[in-house]
Amino acid sequence: MTTYGMVIDVSRCTGCYNCFLACRDEHVGNDHRPIAAPQPESGHKWITVLEHERGKFPRVRVDYVALPCQQCKDATCLSRAPNGALYRRDDGIILIDPDKAKGHPEIVSCCPFQAIYWNAAEGVAQKCTFCAHLLDQGWKEPRCVEACPTEALVFGDLDDPTSRISQLLKGRATEELHPQFNAKPAVRYLGLPKRFVSGEIAFADRMSEPAAGVCVSLHDGANSLDGVTDAYGDFAFEALEAGASYVLRICAPGYRPREIAVGAHHDMDLGAIVLEPASAGGD
Amino acid sequence: MPTQSFTSCTNCGPITVEVKDGRVVRVRPLVMEEGDLAPWTIKADGKSYSPPKKVTLAPYVHAERNRLYSDDRIRYPMRRVDFDPNGERNPQNRGKSGYVRISWEEALSIVASEIQRVQATYGPSALAAMTSSHHNWGLVGYKMSAFSRFFNFLGYTQVFDNPDSWEGWHWGATHSYGFIWRLGMPEPYDMLEDALQHAEMIVFWSNDPDTTRAVYDGSDAAIWRQWLKDKGVAMTFVDPFYNYTAAAMKGKWLAPRPGTDAAVALAIAYVWVSEGTYDKRYVADRTVGFDEFRDYVKGVTDGVPKTPNWAEAESAVPARKIVALARDWASKRTVLSAGCRGGEGGACRGAYATEWARLMVLLQAMQGLGNPGISIWGTSMGAPWNSKVWFPGYGDLEGRIATSTKVARRIPENKVPQKLYRLTLPDAILDPPVHWNGVGFCNRNFQQQFIPFTYPMEGCSEVRMFYRYGGSFMSTMTDTSKWVRMYQSPKLECVVNQDCWWSTETAHADIILPACTSLERDDIGEFGEPGGQTKGGSSGCNYRVVVRLKKAIEPLWESKSDYQIFSELAGKLGFNADYTEGNSDLDWARKFFEISDLPKYISWEEFDRKGYYVINVPEDYKSTPALRWFAEGRPCDTPDPNNFKRATAKANELGTESGKIEFASESLRRMAPRDEERPVSPRYIPSWEGHRCEAATIYPLQLISPHPRFTFHTHYDGHTAWLNDVPVHRIVKDGHAWWPARLHPEDATARYIRSGDIIRLYNDRASVLCIAQVTERVRPGVVHSYASAGKYDPLQPGNPRSPDRAGCVAMLTPGRQMSQNVPGMASNSCLIDVEKWMG
Repeated sequence: MTTYGMVIDVSRCTGCYNCFLACRDEHVGNDHRPIAAPQPESGHKWITVLEHERGKFPRVRVDYVALPCQQCKDATCLSRAPNGALYRRDDGIILIDPDKAKGHPEIVSCCPFQAIYWNAAEGVAQKCTFCAHLLDQGWKEPRCVEACPTEALVFGDLDDPTSRISQLLKGRATEELHPQFNAKPAVRYLGLPKRFVSGEIAFADRMSEPAAGVCVSLHDGANSLDGVTDAYGDFAFEALEAGASYVLRICAPGYRPREIAVGAHHDMDLGAIVLEPASAGGD
Repeated sequence: MPTQSFTSCTNCGPITVEVKDGRVVRVRPLVMEEGDLAPWTIKADGKSYSPPKKVTLAPYVHAERNRLYSDDRIRYPMRRVDFDPNGERNPQNRGKSGYVRISWEEALSIVASEIQRVQATYGPSALAAMTSSHHNWGLVGYKMSAFSRFFNFLGYTQVFDNPDSWEGWHWGATHSYGFIWRLGMPEPYDMLEDALQHAEMIVFWSNDPDTTRAVYDGSDAAIWRQWLKDKGVAMTFVDPFYNYTAAAMKGKWLAPRPGTDAAVALAIAYVWVSEGTYDKRYVADRTVGFDEFRDYVKGVTDGVPKTPNWAEAESAVPARKIVALARDWASKRTVLSAGCRGGEGGACRGAYATEWARLMVLLQAMQGLGNPGISIWGTSMGAPWNSKVWFPGYGDLEGRIATSTKVARRIPENKVPQKLYRLTLPDAILDPPVHWNGVGFCNRNFQQQFIPFTYPMEGCSEVRMFYRYGGSFMSTMTDTSKWVRMYQSPKLECVVNQDCWWSTETAHADIILPACTSLERDDIGEFGEPGGQTKGGSSGCNYRVVVRLKKAIEPLWESKSDYQIFSELAGKLGFNADYTEGNSDLDWARKFFEISDLPKYISWEEFDRKGYYVINVPEDYKSTPALRWFAEGRPCDTPDPNNFKRATAKANELGTESGKIEFASESLRRMAPRDEERPVSPRYIPSWEGHRCEAATIYPLQLISPHPRFTFHTHYDGHTAWLNDVPVHRIVKDGHAWWPARLHPEDATARYIRSGDIIRLYNDRASVLCIAQVTERVRPGVVHSYASAGKYDPLQPGNPRSPDRAGCVAMLTPGRQMSQNVPGMASNSCLIDVEKWMG
């Protein structure tokens, strides 16, 4: 048996949109029925690239999360779509039948990932097919994967233990994009953006010296995470639990210690924190 | 009918074009037989690095099919409705009036008779012609080939291009370390291996290689940077914008105010001098003039020590960050990645940008440039590269039908001595005389930078007819509304435009000729290899691939290949036989194949059938890292063919006058000793249009307009609707695809601007409408909007003062040259303000 899946490594994605544009080339104006009707000239993003900008000048982070149809095992589109318009092939790929789906715009709202689009000209809902029409002709991977310059998209047979994707899944723990949907997608992610707290330490009496090697720690009551500023005086705590509140403690010999409450925000850059010398007088 | 496959090559990657029923249905990265590819391997720290067995493309090339069938294709020959070559010409209506379709016969007859009339009446110099930069690939169709052969036969006033992507490197860095033959960029050989084996840190200074992609090399180098990142190589970015490479690499970011990079560089030198953390032995053995430089850095010369605090006041980069970068840099084997090839970055296109580029060279000289892991390298060229197999690029004389004595029996020589200069062409027409220094691309010797020119030249005529091939300059040059004024000048009695698409200047012509794309004609070319001053460009690709550009479909509508148009025009003018020598474009392509080394490895028939040949790296490949020879005091051992000291008694020298790196430039001391704006030893000189200027009280924001991410030059934007759904590139609002301008939340809030608002960018020169993107990725006080919009769309056509809504931000930039003797463009020295557009 063959079950197709995809791994998307967010840490390798440069936001080049090659995947999106290759998809356009394959599907716009090209009729691949019964797999897919032609994609319209604009508006559809069967694989879209979601840009996440976080942090503040000059500690900014940008991540790109590519989002095709997630090919879910527990697919709400399959169970909710009318008229048997959606079906799953033996290789796991979920397709929208362009004929049976005609005139059913409600299919678009069946997908919690918003990966289904409405084609007004054809009167049909559409989405990524993993380029099933090409796989059926012997292609090894869909157009988006062929176009990816950094191997951020890896495609293959999940049932074949020797396939690259199986090897990749064996070696590293992958994630779902939105586990709360309980959809069991066949599209898995590596390196999804995680909550962080970052900032910079400076010394009030030596503002032109980088505050390197200063101990910083993050406390949530029970546990603490220890860190240290880098050569530039910057620090960052990565992969924090979403929604938790913390206290940041800064401790530099010769300077008055600081405690800063970090609320339950998703991400936070605290900016430049200037430490006063211990001898600089009372509170 | 079954699908047919054709090979081709674009400006940024080789492709397979699939055609069904005469229509292109698919364009994908060139499909090659697996056995043809022998990937190289680099060993570093016990790991082996090899590229994937495929070629990659720049993003927009995936939209080639969309561009091919674009509504913006010029379909038929056209004449401006109110242009009558035998009556009223109405030049004042250029840019405003519409067009009527005419036949090829009528169009070519008008063009030929106008050329004859103008040259007979005023002399041959009354005709000027010029091209845009690399609008398509292929040795036969390239502008330096078919176009130049035609106009050299005819005789015409040539327009020198300014070296727009190089500027500061060309006019500045050459005087520090030579590389004149590379316009101031360093050689790239084997720098990928060097970085993987030795580099601990990379400082990207005004460089976004994920966006500029070594210009022609697809996306092949993107995976190299992933390897370096995975290896744990530290990366720091110096740029007013947190650019796309920075975002992908998660690099650290220092954001100087535009135009103050030289101050930051000097403060880094100050830290190294103060702390003694530079390579004193290298400085003693491999450089000259250090004392003069050091005295300036320490303030002995001018009483101003170039401390980090001093640099903070100029650049707004905190002194402690400058100190940290200086220490980090000196303590690690560090690559300075300043410009994608050593060029292209925005910092090299500004007031006094020569000084920044020179300082980049000198900083690395202080750290031992050429030693393992210590290089100037864009991270985008320098893979293992087989230099033994020769195939010409369009930058080589042998790679053009205009200049190759190997392929053509007769090489025409342009007999008109008069020249124009691209940046001042409008001024030359509107308000002559104009003066400038230099032959544009000065790639032979230092003297070329100092040759004085005046237009009109004595004994020559002012230009009366302008033949424009392409039409990009409204969005790529400076202060460009003057191009509209130039086109409306009655001095230009006839204007011709030849192009594939309606571009920014097209609608200012009297006669428009439709050219076809490279998918509709035959040609030959190597992926990523321009030759000439970028010899080894294909070392930015993971494989050297020579491609037969095949005619996949017949020319669309009534378009013709450029070669065909020039052949027919030559026929009307009586020199068709001389021009073509009986060759079709395919015949010329075959001649280029035959003069190359390829026949030793593959027959023409086999090459023509397969459509490509891969020049693999041999198994016994021996690397010769760039400048290692110089650092070690050996003769040059790199395959850098245009290095004029190579294989001579001076082979261990650089291309400078002393043969060493020059902290105080011998060439400038000799040729411009009293130039305070490009002094013998580099200085920081506050910009003539920067944050300290009085104009900043009226226009407090600094506009930077670097090379674009989702269009090659201007050639994809505007003609490729799919790109309008890439939000980094354009954003559709109310039915119009707007060009983004990025600004910091502080500046946006102060002006009640939110993301998605239409905003007016303005100063005394122009108004340009863009869509606001409010982001933490630009430093406060800076607006970032790419150059190179593919269209010009004035609200009042024909009015040079009209706001443009296509995103030609170049209209806002100053026309002033970089400094008194340096005629480079300073597009990133630009003050503007921004307001919400209430239209």
